Amino acid sequence: MNVQASSDGESQVDYTHSPWLDPSATPFIQIKNINKQFGAFTAVNDVSLDIYKGELFALLGGSGCGKTTLLRMLAGFETPTSGSIIIDGVDMNGIPPYERPVNMMFQSYALFPHMSVHKNIAYGLKREGVAKAERTQRTNEILEMVELEEFAKRKPHQLSGGQRQRVALARALIKRPKVLLLDEPLAALDKRLREQTQFELMNIQEKLGITFVVVTHDQEEAMTLATRIAVMDKGDFEQIGTPAQIYENPRSRFIASFIGSANLLDCAVTKRDGDFYSVSQPGVDQPIVVEYDGELAVGANVTLAVRPEKIHVEKRSVANSSVAQGSNQLNGVVKEMAYLGRLSTYHIVTDSGVLIEVTSPNQSRYRDGNHPIDWDDEVTISFAPQSAVLLTE
Amino acid sequence: MNQKKSKFLISCMIFGYAFLYVPIFLLILYSFNYSPLLPVWGGFSTRWYSRLLESPEVWDATLLSLKIAFISATVATVFGTLAGLALARVGQFRGKTVFTGMISAPLVMPEVITGLSLLLFFITLWQLTGWPQQRGMFTITIAHITFAMAYVAVIIQSRLAGTNRALEEAAMDLGAKPLRVLTDITIPMLAPGMMAGWLLAFTLSLDDLIIASFVSGPGSTTLPMMIYSRIRLGLKPDINALATILIVSVAIGVFIAGWIMLRQQKQRALLANE
Repeated sequence: MNVQASSDGESQVDYTHSPWLDPSATPFIQIKNINKQFGAFTAVNDVSLDIYKGELFALLGGSGCGKTTLLRMLAGFETPTSGSIIIDGVDMNGIPPYERPVNMMFQSYALFPHMSVHKNIAYGLKREGVAKAERTQRTNEILEMVELEEFAKRKPHQLSGGQRQRVALARALIKRPKVLLLDEPLAALDKRLREQTQFELMNIQEKLGITFVVVTHDQEEAMTLATRIAVMDKGDFEQIGTPAQIYENPRSRFIASFIGSANLLDCAVTKRDGDFYSVSQPGVDQPIVVEYDGELAVGANVTLAVRPEKIHVEKRSVANSSVAQGSNQLNGVVKEMAYLGRLSTYHIVTDSGVLIEVTSPNQSRYRDGNHPIDWDDEVTISFAPQSAVLLTE
Repeated sequence: MNQKKSKFLISCMIFGYAFLYVPIFLLILYSFNYSPLLPVWGGFSTRWYSRLLESPEVWDATLLSLKIAFISATVATVFGTLAGLALARVGQFRGKTVFTGMISAPLVMPEVITGLSLLLFFITLWQLTGWPQQRGMFTITIAHITFAMAYVAVIIQSRLAGTNRALEEAAMDLGAKPLRVLTDITIPMLAPGMMAGWLLAFTLSLDDLIIASFVSGPGSTTLPMMIYSRIRLGLKPDINALATILIVSVAIGVFIAGWIMLRQQKQRALLANE
């Protein structure tokens, strides 16, 4: 079957075959109609999800969205009110945490403060009944992998945040679980260390071929790490897909604004020409043309979403304009401008009074230090019909 | 201005500490007084300490007090830990707040009432079952367990409230069954609290006079009871010597308990900061 993509220790992941994109593949983790009530509060509301072997799956959402509860149900710390979880063909219902083929890396790392690094990592093997010689050997191997050999005798409180994170990872990996659950694995690290650790985490995951399920509130982290993301809100999945699918084809206004940023305009459909829809805002004459492959009736209310980086901005006085043929053009005035070095962000108020955010890479060097587009400049913004999406939810 | 203020504060502090410690200091000083007459300083001597050594009833009382303190502290630590664990871990149930409050009630109960109620309890028990026939070391020990347990339970409970539940979950996640989690993680985590609780229970038992007087019987005179009865016959310098020994041992106990708790707090603060 396709599931062996990375199970036989190959260090290379088979990118040409991603089982999660293959509808005939067998899921490794099946979450079926899981529901979790805490008293009258519904933490997880009847969700279903398939995760495939070798995936690095991210559960993304704000605090209180139910992502951690779902993770804790996978680990066995919470019991679903209804529904079932199947891991590698075995129904997990009634199986306590200490008998599940999963391990978890905790948000606060939960390192045992009274044990040395070595003892912390070896703990899982000890409980499994592995003989001492093998235990020591395997612990040393994994210590080497996370580059902590010389810290083996230290206590957790003698380590830095990044080192603790690696001890927690090593401790969770040593039993070679079928699934590794990670609860906000990078939240406690500072920005630079976080970026570095993201790639380490991905490398380890590729090397070991263990299925990772990561809970995070950081959309950038989810985008970088994950093969697929499930965006959660109020105990429910808003959208499940690859990072690109979610970013480029958001299903709803919530997704469009939660993942990255987007200009959202309330519009009504005025005309249809094949896949090209003309939409306009109430009280605005100029229509915007959007290519959309769904069915919408004329007069339907939709939300136009366009990402700031997909909009082109230039001064209106420019003689030979580079605005592409057939793209939507709007005139406006720069109200706010922020120069961020590699790119600039503009807040532009169009002639019809709509605020549009545009980000634009600073491709050429401004040697005199003057920005070519400045406050109060009259500008033309444009975007192709393919660059915007129409949202009905 | 600033200096003036700090002078004021310093004199406050000196007065406060003097108020607390001058009487104790005087007691220690007079225990080294050669003269048997209390207000007369007859030169430095340790004769009252050596006289103490020769007095068997003092030794009997000391030994009895230590025995009671040791047993009651140990039993109270076990019971108190279990009670604290139960209260912190059972989860929410109806009336939990009431139960939590009730565990600390013996802490604020006047000792006279605790002693009286225990005496009544033992008498009732004797009438119903014929046991205990005689009140003595055993009944004092039980009485001390009763109130010391409350102290231990409160210490354990507050310690557990501050600990990370994730540690126990992590152990369970790594394959430890619940009993294993208790011995591998929970007990070591609580050890400093249990230690502090034990020392507190030990010292409380060692210096209890009122409750012990209620529930003791003939032939079971604890050290505080003996001191008190001797004082009634007039102040004697050998009692000063005895009291000095008692003060020093209690001080050491309290100091160690405080030190252990402080060290734990520092360690935890260090872990929490990062």
